Amino acid sequence: MVLPSSEAATRSAMHDDGLISSPGAWAKEVRQSAAERAQNQGLPERRDEYWKYTRPDFFVQESVTLEAQVSPKIQIFNNQLKAEILFENAVLAAETLPKVANCSIESLDDAADLDLHWVSDIYGKLELAGQYPVRRSLAALNTAKASQGVLVHATGQVSDPIRIHAVCAGRTDAIIHHVVKVDAGASVTLIETGQYGARCNVVMEVEVADTGHFHHIRVQDDHEIHALTHIFARIGADSTFKSFTMTSGGKMTRNECILELIGDNSAVSVAGACLGDNDFHHDDTVFITHDAVNCESRQVFKKVLRNGAVGVFQGKILVKAGAQKTDGYQISQSLLLDEDSQFLAKPELEIYADDVACSHGSTCGAIDEQALFYLRSRGIPEAKAVDLLTLSFMAQAIEEIEDSKISAAILNHLTDTLEAR
Amino acid sequence: MLEIKNLQVQLEEEDKQILKGVDLSLEAGKVHAIMGPNGSGKSTLSYVLSGKGGYEVTAGSAHLEGNDILSMEPEERAAAGLFLAFQYPVEIPGVGNMTFLRTAVNSQRKLRGEPEMSAGEFLKVVRAKAKDLKIDAEMLKRPVNVGFSGGEKKRNEILQMAMLEPKMCILDETDSGLDVDAMKLVAQGVNALRDGKRTFLVITHYQRLLDHIKPDVVHIMAAGRIIKSGGPELALQVENNGYSDLLEGSA
Repeated sequence: MVLPSSEAATRSAMHDDGLISSPGAWAKEVRQSAAERAQNQGLPERRDEYWKYTRPDFFVQESVTLEAQVSPKIQIFNNQLKAEILFENAVLAAETLPKVANCSIESLDDAADLDLHWVSDIYGKLELAGQYPVRRSLAALNTAKASQGVLVHATGQVSDPIRIHAVCAGRTDAIIHHVVKVDAGASVTLIETGQYGARCNVVMEVEVADTGHFHHIRVQDDHEIHALTHIFARIGADSTFKSFTMTSGGKMTRNECILELIGDNSAVSVAGACLGDNDFHHDDTVFITHDAVNCESRQVFKKVLRNGAVGVFQGKILVKAGAQKTDGYQISQSLLLDEDSQFLAKPELEIYADDVACSHGSTCGAIDEQALFYLRSRGIPEAKAVDLLTLSFMAQAIEEIEDSKISAAILNHLTDTLEAR
Repeated sequence: MLEIKNLQVQLEEEDKQILKGVDLSLEAGKVHAIMGPNGSGKSTLSYVLSGKGGYEVTAGSAHLEGNDILSMEPEERAAAGLFLAFQYPVEIPGVGNMTFLRTAVNSQRKLRGEPEMSAGEFLKVVRAKAKDLKIDAEMLKRPVNVGFSGGEKKRNEILQMAMLEPKMCILDETDSGLDVDAMKLVAQGVNALRDGKRTFLVITHYQRLLDHIKPDVVHIMAAGRIIKSGGPELALQVENNGYSDLLEGSA
């Protein structure tokens, strides 16, 4: 595959009608400047430091090369949640938007018409802030082009999780942009399941006000897709942000999470449990900036890989001057079930304050033979014993989920996925 | 029940012989004890019988009720009725003790072609057996052996034995790391499983455990061989005089 020169690729990726489709002055302006941003930066190339382990080709090339499956074999959260938002072939089924107490849910497509000021304060703004010090031009391109997405504004405690479920078929090229605002004292849980397209470029911008709480759960299990996701979040004081992703499908998935802690005494967590098999490449890229006092951040990533699957972790904690009493924790571990699989990890710490505690660990290992023998000696066949040890290995990441009902559902889903393979 | 003939074993990775021809014949319903100094090959014997990797059988045989167990996978040996209570039970974080027990029970049933135990039936049985071993509901919920005290780990081994109902139980230094009360509790659990048919091989350094689990036969193992067999009085002799007399006698 030949990577086109970045300028040409940017032009070709932007020349269709998707650009500046929505009316409204703010949107036009934001999209125009995002397009310029993407153009100036150029599309990612393999020589870029942050694309060293993951080839950007599939995300930047003109055509979509995979055919999406209609739906995965094993479903999660189906018909279990009261509030559901549906995307079909990368288009929001706007007529189905649920009514939820203490929360407004709108379509991005209508944003300019609705004159939602809160959206214009966030859309493209957090993405822009996340462009430094690492450029993320595909996210800028998303801001420029996305016409589909949901706008979720939690104004109080939202009691039930809101699920966004996406189904697609064929070679859908999805560009999705969600905007979330959590007000002071408000809390909301957003669950993303399914896939928007055979190729996805998804951005979620999240603003968590002081004393706000945001929980995000994502399940990525369709196989025939190339997915690139970005979460850009800005977190106020005394608040919580937690994002957990379970990935068991996707030929190539890169999940980027860029968080900025701007208020004191807050806690964030980004976690992932990943089950990779065969033609599978999974990349977690995290950048957490501490710019406030007494905040805790956790990154917990566990990957179990076999048959040549590749796992990547690039995680950074940046502690700015004055961000004292920061407690940063980062662990990325992989369990390689054979000698063909690979785990590539790049943990980074950059600290400019002197009263902080930051720890990081990255390991790569084989199955514990002693534990395997213990299970087998009890009559558990080898394959089943490996599954149990896989679940055991992932437990720490799943424990990052606060809601015990959701973590139980994830654990069941993982168990079913293991049994089905 | 278990017939071991001229069993010779060396380490896979290095040319080091550990068992140099072990002969043992364990009749159904009996309790045999093996005592011996450190490094005599007692634990290796238990591992080789239950199928742990890293060992190479260079000669000899081991049959459980006439079936050649050395050619079986560890899980097949378990399903055939062999059980090893580990000296150091393994911690498995993230997997609930109950899930583990139920998976083990039903895996064995499946391997034997028997119907699986329903969730309700399992729960009833496990609760009753756990109670006898003073294992509370909390311990059943916790991840396998994680955060368990030494005594709790050994009681958990006996609970597994009680649930799996093996024909041939090997206890590898079950008394190590236990205080007197914990040892009594574990011994009670073992004695409750003695039914005239089930066979036990108790491996221990000390006579102490044998005060609570009364053996029918005591074997002394040294340098990879059984050097002497006798009645329970042999264990007392070791307790009083140590192994040196016996070792000199055999040299």
